[in-house]
Amino acid sequence: MLSQRPRPDLLGGAAVARPDERRIDAADPDRTRWADARETVWNEPVTKPVAQLPQHAAGSAGTRSPSGPAGTYLDWASTAPLHPVARATLVAALDAGWADPARLYGLGRRARAAFEAAREQVASLIGARADEVSFPASGTAAAHLALLGTAAARQRVGRDVVLSAVEHSCVLAAAGYATRDGGSVHEIEVDRAGRVDLSAFTAALAQPGVALASLQSANHEVGTLQPVDAAGAACAAAGVPLHVDAAQTLGRLDPPARWDLLSASAHKWGGPPGVGVLAVRTGVRWHSPAPEDERGGGRVPGYENLPAVLAAAAALAALEGERRDEAVRLTALVERVRAEVPQHVTGVQMVGDPDPAGRAPHLVTFSCLYVPGEALLAELDRAGVSVSSGSSCTSSALTPSHVLVAMGALSHGNIRVSFGRDSTDADVDRLLAVLPGAVARLRDEQGARGL
Amino acid sequence: MERRVRERSVAVSGELPALRLDYRGQRCPLPIIGLARRIGDVPAGAVLELLADDPAARSDVPAWCDMCGHDYLGEPRPGTFWLRRR
Repeated sequence: MLSQRPRPDLLGGAAVARPDERRIDAADPDRTRWADARETVWNEPVTKPVAQLPQHAAGSAGTRSPSGPAGTYLDWASTAPLHPVARATLVAALDAGWADPARLYGLGRRARAAFEAAREQVASLIGARADEVSFPASGTAAAHLALLGTAAARQRVGRDVVLSAVEHSCVLAAAGYATRDGGSVHEIEVDRAGRVDLSAFTAALAQPGVALASLQSANHEVGTLQPVDAAGAACAAAGVPLHVDAAQTLGRLDPPARWDLLSASAHKWGGPPGVGVLAVRTGVRWHSPAPEDERGGGRVPGYENLPAVLAAAAALAALEGERRDEAVRLTALVERVRAEVPQHVTGVQMVGDPDPAGRAPHLVTFSCLYVPGEALLAELDRAGVSVSSGSSCTSSALTPSHVLVAMGALSHGNIRVSFGRDSTDADVDRLLAVLPGAVARLRDEQGARGL
Repeated sequence: MERRVRERSVAVSGELPALRLDYRGQRCPLPIIGLARRIGDVPAGAVLELLADDPAARSDVPAWCDMCGHDYLGEPRPGTFWLRRR
């Protein structure tokens, strides 16, 4: 407080302007220093890291061919390169949509109108009303808010959370956090395909003290579709709100029909990173676990990431016209992997639902006996093929994937292959060309040849 | 239902393992590789005991038995796995 009070020796001097009256012009030494600082910030620390990245052509062409700069990218379930529509929208919005959407002057009103249009667009594509939708900074933040906000609002009803044993780690973490002061998390078992036991799920809802339930639309590691609509009906009958984590299916499959809260992540459908989706049905009790803020409709504190939200919405809308054909096309690529990998590699366990109707269209997981998953990932990377793995040695915790363990699947030598809009048969050809040699080399190294 | 199989009590009362393999301190897949190498050392129908403390073993031993056609009998003590060669 003292430092804000003008010092007596400065008060009398007419030459000393009050800070808010001081004009900033080119001659102002402060401005020069600020400009220098800006040059430093933008030219040094920013451009240097950017220069480390693979140089893509405009759009996502970098993932297209094995000889392209990004090689054979087969990890679309982790993240997708920017959809060309998202890129065009993002660039335009960075220039035109920078104004504060909470301000009442024309620039602000136009920014607000663009934001509301994007919200309408996303809402209509997930079967929601615009005022039910908000945009946290990630799918993880959206899932955290969905669970914690519902748990906070329903404390008097109960503190327990019912979910499947194969939820994304961010949902499991949020459930653990929501029950840290009492209440327990009921993890419902899954079958060998990774599908939750619906009767056990329903029975758990009927127990007293359940605050909320959570179920993913499709599993992120093995692609198995969960019975979310049936779970939604069971939740409605039990009077328990259901959160659906739709991160793997939004933009790929029809949105789930029955949910009370829904979360998703734009970078998985080709939107920019930094945009999650949180939808809370009107009438569902929800209290913000964070301090109140006038922005974000009272659900997501802080300044809206307007350019990224516009780009995310534009990409989701663009996918609406292509996703049904894409699902058929990607299912065919997955079927090739499921059929042809065991022909080329012995000792392979295909994980997940063998029936394509029971899976998300874009991903397939298998495990190779006697091979460390991390080493297999590195071998494939050297050959220019990017995949992910649920094996323990590839996770920081050094524990095997809780999904594979819950399914009773082989957890070592695990590879997840996932496809997207740039993927073609040539990508499958490339995988099949390098995988048998990589597995054979690693089995030799482990002394496991011929086992 | 894999989990049900895993929870089944070890139905080998009175029967002693013909071979014990100790892979404590080794990371998967090494215990599974050792198991695959040594399973032929016991006659068909014999019981084999495997000691492993890598958390992946709890999932991988039954999964391996399933893939290779051996009977997984259970985990009588944490980190001790029994199986029967087919």
